[in-house]
Amino acid sequence: MKAIIGRFGLLALACVVALSATAGCERKPAAGGANPTTGDIPVGFYGSLTGESASFGISAREGTELAVDEVNAAGGVLGGRKLKLIVEDDQSKTDEASSAVTKMITQDKVVTVLGEVSSSRSLAAAPVCQRFSVPMITPASTNDKITKVGDYIFRTCYTDSQQGRVLAEFAYNDLKARRAAILKDVGKDYSVGLTASIEENFKRLGGEVLPVVSYGSTDQDFRAILTQIREQKPDAIFATGYYPEAAIIVRQARELGITVPILGGDGWVGDSLQGGREALNNCFLSNHFATDDPDPTLKALGQKFVAAYKARFGKEPDAMAALSYDSVYVLADALNRAGSTDGTKLRDAIAATSIQGVTGKLAINETRNVDKPTVIQEVVYKDGAMKFVYKTTIKPN
Amino acid sequence: MDTFLQQLINGLSLGAIYALIALGYTMVYGVLRLINFAHGDVYMLGAFAGFFIANAMHLDANPSILGAIVVTMGSMATCAAIGVLIERFAYRPVRHNSRLTSLITAIGVSLLLEYGGQVVFGAAPRFFPQMIRSETYSVGGVQITNQSLLIIVVSVVMMFGLEFIVHRTKIGTAMRATSHNLAVAKLMGINTDFIIAFTFALGSALAATAGVMVALSIPKIDPLMGLMTGLKAFVAAVLGGIGNIPGAMIGGMLIGLMETWIGATSYSTYRDAVAFGVLILILIVRPAGILGTASVEKV
Repeated sequence: MKAIIGRFGLLALACVVALSATAGCERKPAAGGANPTTGDIPVGFYGSLTGESASFGISAREGTELAVDEVNAAGGVLGGRKLKLIVEDDQSKTDEASSAVTKMITQDKVVTVLGEVSSSRSLAAAPVCQRFSVPMITPASTNDKITKVGDYIFRTCYTDSQQGRVLAEFAYNDLKARRAAILKDVGKDYSVGLTASIEENFKRLGGEVLPVVSYGSTDQDFRAILTQIREQKPDAIFATGYYPEAAIIVRQARELGITVPILGGDGWVGDSLQGGREALNNCFLSNHFATDDPDPTLKALGQKFVAAYKARFGKEPDAMAALSYDSVYVLADALNRAGSTDGTKLRDAIAATSIQGVTGKLAINETRNVDKPTVIQEVVYKDGAMKFVYKTTIKPN
Repeated sequence: MDTFLQQLINGLSLGAIYALIALGYTMVYGVLRLINFAHGDVYMLGAFAGFFIANAMHLDANPSILGAIVVTMGSMATCAAIGVLIERFAYRPVRHNSRLTSLITAIGVSLLLEYGGQVVFGAAPRFFPQMIRSETYSVGGVQITNQSLLIIVVSVVMMFGLEFIVHRTKIGTAMRATSHNLAVAKLMGINTDFIIAFTFALGSALAATAGVMVALSIPKIDPLMGLMTGLKAFVAAVLGGIGNIPGAMIGGMLIGLMETWIGATSYSTYRDAVAFGVLILILIVRPAGILGTASVEKV
């Protein structure tokens, strides 16, 4: 059944890509040629506002909106022009992501596309942006392949090759783990990429990695695979999927009497991870942003951002909100330096970005990525509430 | 050995979930010869009804067994009402058309509930509150939670309860009579409309029980949760012999065990394929299922 759906999904995707390819040939002059020099500047945002990973999209939109309003309140860009945010919901679906981006570029004439959080969806939309020569800045997709799509695709967070190294080092050096098990969601590019990176780095450090165990995104029962893992007695388990499955995996692992630390990546950053309850204790994750980061620069900037976010949305911002907030400032800075909304000029300006953000120094390098430190946090579940507590920061290579 | 026993327990816990849902499938089929594809979605509605009732009662902060029973009852009542409504407005108007019409209507109702559910509840997964404090019992290296035990016990109780209703009560006799021949049952003075509505109410209440029980053990609920689980329960019902109540139980347990054993090998991502492979195989080799008796179609 899933295989069939997957195949139809691929087919649909192929059709969308083929369609947008033909659309690209017809409309490209219109999209690239019309660059009004006055009036609001349309900026596209696409994200999973509904669906399985809705927490990602909602946080990202909130961070983006906050920053856009701040930029506009401070006088806008290019000598007083305001940013006009166009929001599209991709329903947590890969094929919807590419059609949402096609629509924003061809109909709304956005000058830049901001998004997505999920790597699979960024990977689906990136070729569209590249074809239309519209820069795309993904604030939070960590899969290495994304910025390799083309020279219009940028990223303002760390990559999975770094995240995997950091997680492996933390497990090996700090948790003293020597035998690790990895659970991989075969349906998510993020999980596949992160698994490969953790495996490689943990072995490089001298650790032993048990055969990787795979599951599908719709699976609900992980007891069978966890029992197999339990028998092999690992010292640490990496769950490289997203937060909804992670909550269930952690719970079922503890129910089976597995007490070793369970580690995850930034895909764990989502409200409903709380569903894991007490089982979440003794779990760790790598993250982009910590509200309790002791670094003095980040602390000062972070406090200002956290206060503004709390005042507006009534809750603490998570990493997806912080990263998205930063991505808007990258764009505003680049627009001012480019002096135009032209795609090529804007691309060159983004490539030369070097500003300080709330999630660290944002200096775009030659691979269109940034070198930012990674934060390790411990999950603490107490009195019916989940909290991420800062443990350490690991610098990029 | 520990691992083998643990996987056996895992398989039975998972199988009990399928069995609970398969019971409803099989009972409706047994009486009406209708495969109610919306059954898996009523199961989803049961979980959501339980979710809202439990939250209204603030059960998460002070879990209690009494509270859990109230939530289950409330969810059963809600779903029984929904089941009757579905029968009245979707199935009854097409009852006298060909069986294919009913089947396609059932698929339509299923899609309506799934995507209507996404509009009403939102597509993001939610986490069911904790109604009973989770406890893990450990016997010689084998772990089982109180929730898994509860699911197994409830599914066995439900199976015997259904057997009793269908074979030992007056209304059960009327159900079987309606199943044999609707027109003759009517002539004998049986209110067949009521019997059919009752069958749907009972089946939907069973689905609601399954929804709440499963949400206790695997607390992630979303509007599409009934899709895959419902299909697998359908496979379980066919495997055991559709229309046969103990068959649903056996079919559910077998599917659960098979999936667990596949999950324990390096082919873990093929577990869904295996369940549906079994469906194809059983339809080729023994279409009546394990406990079903082949019936000769009279012309």
